[in-house]
Amino acid sequence: MSEPLLELRGVNKSFGVVHVLHDVDFAVYPGQVTALVGDNGAGKSTLVKIIAGIYGRDTGEFFFDGKPVEVHGPRDVAALGVEVVYQDLALCDNLDITQNMFLGREETKGGVLDEPTMEARARETLSSLSVRTVNSVRQTVASLSGGQRQTVAIAKAVLWNSKIVLLDEPTAALGVAQTRQVLDLVRRLADHGLGVVLISHNMTDVLEVADRITALYLGRVAADVAAKEVSHSQIVELITAGRSGSYGISENPATAGI
Amino acid sequence: MTTETNQQPSAAADDGSFAGDTVTTATLGTAFQDYINRLRGGDMRSLPAILGLIVLVVIFSFASDTFTTRLNIANLMTQAGPICVLALGLIPVLLLGEIDLSAGVAGSTGAMATSLLIVDHGQGWTVATLAGLAVGVVIGLAIGLLVARLGIPSFVVTLAFFLGLQGVMLKFIGQGGSVRFNNEVLRGLAIKNIDPTAGWIGAAIIVVVFAVVSLRTFRIQVAQGLQHPPFSLVLIRIGLLAVVLIALVGFMNQNRSRNPNFPIEGVPQMLIVVVALLILWTFILTRTRYGRHIYAVGGNAEAARRAGINVRRIRTSAFICCSTMAVVSGLLLAANTGKVSPGSGGGNALLYAVGAAVIGGTSLFGGKGRAVDAVIGGLVIATIINGLLLLNNAAWINYVVTGGVLLIAAGVDAISRRRRSAAGV
Repeated sequence: MSEPLLELRGVNKSFGVVHVLHDVDFAVYPGQVTALVGDNGAGKSTLVKIIAGIYGRDTGEFFFDGKPVEVHGPRDVAALGVEVVYQDLALCDNLDITQNMFLGREETKGGVLDEPTMEARARETLSSLSVRTVNSVRQTVASLSGGQRQTVAIAKAVLWNSKIVLLDEPTAALGVAQTRQVLDLVRRLADHGLGVVLISHNMTDVLEVADRITALYLGRVAADVAAKEVSHSQIVELITAGRSGSYGISENPATAGI
Repeated sequence: MTTETNQQPSAAADDGSFAGDTVTTATLGTAFQDYINRLRGGDMRSLPAILGLIVLVVIFSFASDTFTTRLNIANLMTQAGPICVLALGLIPVLLLGEIDLSAGVAGSTGAMATSLLIVDHGQGWTVATLAGLAVGVVIGLAIGLLVARLGIPSFVVTLAFFLGLQGVMLKFIGQGGSVRFNNEVLRGLAIKNIDPTAGWIGAAIIVVVFAVVSLRTFRIQVAQGLQHPPFSLVLIRIGLLAVVLIALVGFMNQNRSRNPNFPIEGVPQMLIVVVALLILWTFILTRTRYGRHIYAVGGNAEAARRAGINVRRIRTSAFICCSTMAVVSGLLLAANTGKVSPGSGGGNALLYAVGAAVIGGTSLFGGKGRAVDAVIGGLVIATIINGLLLLNNAAWINYVVTGGVLLIAAGVDAISRRRRSAAGV
């Protein structure tokens, strides 16, 4: 297996007296979909926010491309090429697809917005991802369905030549057909050589697209396994009990005294 | 009706699979159909305002003999000037979904500073005007910081400024008093006209520049295989602008004086100011990053923040723009009336401007609106004021009608917003 693109080692994080993450190791590999699963309160969101630079970490190391990096905020992480696609999407309804994809990073020529270049690049990106679901890059986002919006949000991350894309529950609010579209897109991102982190509650989705699965249980990594080595029920056990067969935490942390 | 769907040029696409992408609205017919669909979906823009304007003009021209005289139409245009400029200033604030109730009074405070500097301190009109505009910047900065940093609702902050600034004007001018506003240059904005030939040249330049820009954009869009309107629509737009400008300049260049010895002809200077500011704001809002960011913050402030846009700075700057534009409007108003009194810009001046922007199609909910909306809406409001005045109606009717129109405009805005979210346009 290739070297991880992004790696966290021994990360601990507490909020006051609540110890949320215990010595968490987490790695993202290029060209692979790493699923991050866990029950509510397992620490998924906290881990994502640490990767995104929104939260600092108490202890632990942050490696990018094998080199330790100092991360002090979201901008540092974005500069490394890590994009987070949040659940609530962060698109402006009143702007069109092109305008949204370039939001905050508009191309200008002589101080004036360079619309042709932006539109052409937006189209290029969407076609490189084989997006068939939107009619025009000049449609306003208000007219898009949930799946199309998710597509635009993901395409936005790709447009900026990101190396890693974190997707927070991308299919949570979607119907069957739209989920299908988004999962296909997730797979294509990885095929383009990006490192993809998929946070999801839906085990069917996870097993379908993920290459690796990292299961969190009460703030600890219960397992970090290749997706084809585990079954649906094993993942569920890892999420709910922290162990399953030979995988998992050896002792029950709930009784071991956290 | 034929719809031609162009494929993405294969050079740009991996496998041409972005095939659902419609590049061109092929015919004028389909473009018109799109427009109808947008209207049905609640995206009416300034159409209600234009229809309203036509209805009002028809009603008043039947009801009053003097309404359609050249002098009165020109007079109406000058009356509309301060309203249009104030409404233009409100556009960035309204686009953010905020409101500035103090704009009218802030404008007159700036105009008061200008006229006091000229009358009491013997300053030239340039220094005095710059000082007046600076007053606007300071007021806007204060409002902006209170709204963006402290997080007080803009309604409350600007209501406080609305009251406070009226007190300031009362202090400087004195109860029942007023300051002369008779500087030749500034007063000329309302009472002087430009040379008829200059009017034609100006109109020609605007049409030519618009045509060149439109055709160039169209050529680039076609060359790069981007989405573009049918060529006929581009030509129609250019033609429409040319017709409007030729009609306007042609009308204004006719002698409209009642006294044959003193001809009045040429485009009023006030109109030049309005057109210049309209072009400026259209450019800022549609062609610059700043304008794009205003729309983004108005559409979804959280998304804008995550995209790295400094939302607070955008908010603060919008209020600064608004108050500064308000001072321009205050100066035009003072030029119209020849004085600044403590009540200038108070009363319904601001509601006229808010009404103008909203009637023109700017949403009170933020994120939607254009600079030209403000000017069209301003004309509607000015027509109402002018027409009612000619009918010799009592002041109470004026208030009731203007209030009613504002309510109707806001109602249309709310309904079309609901339809938009239902239709997803």
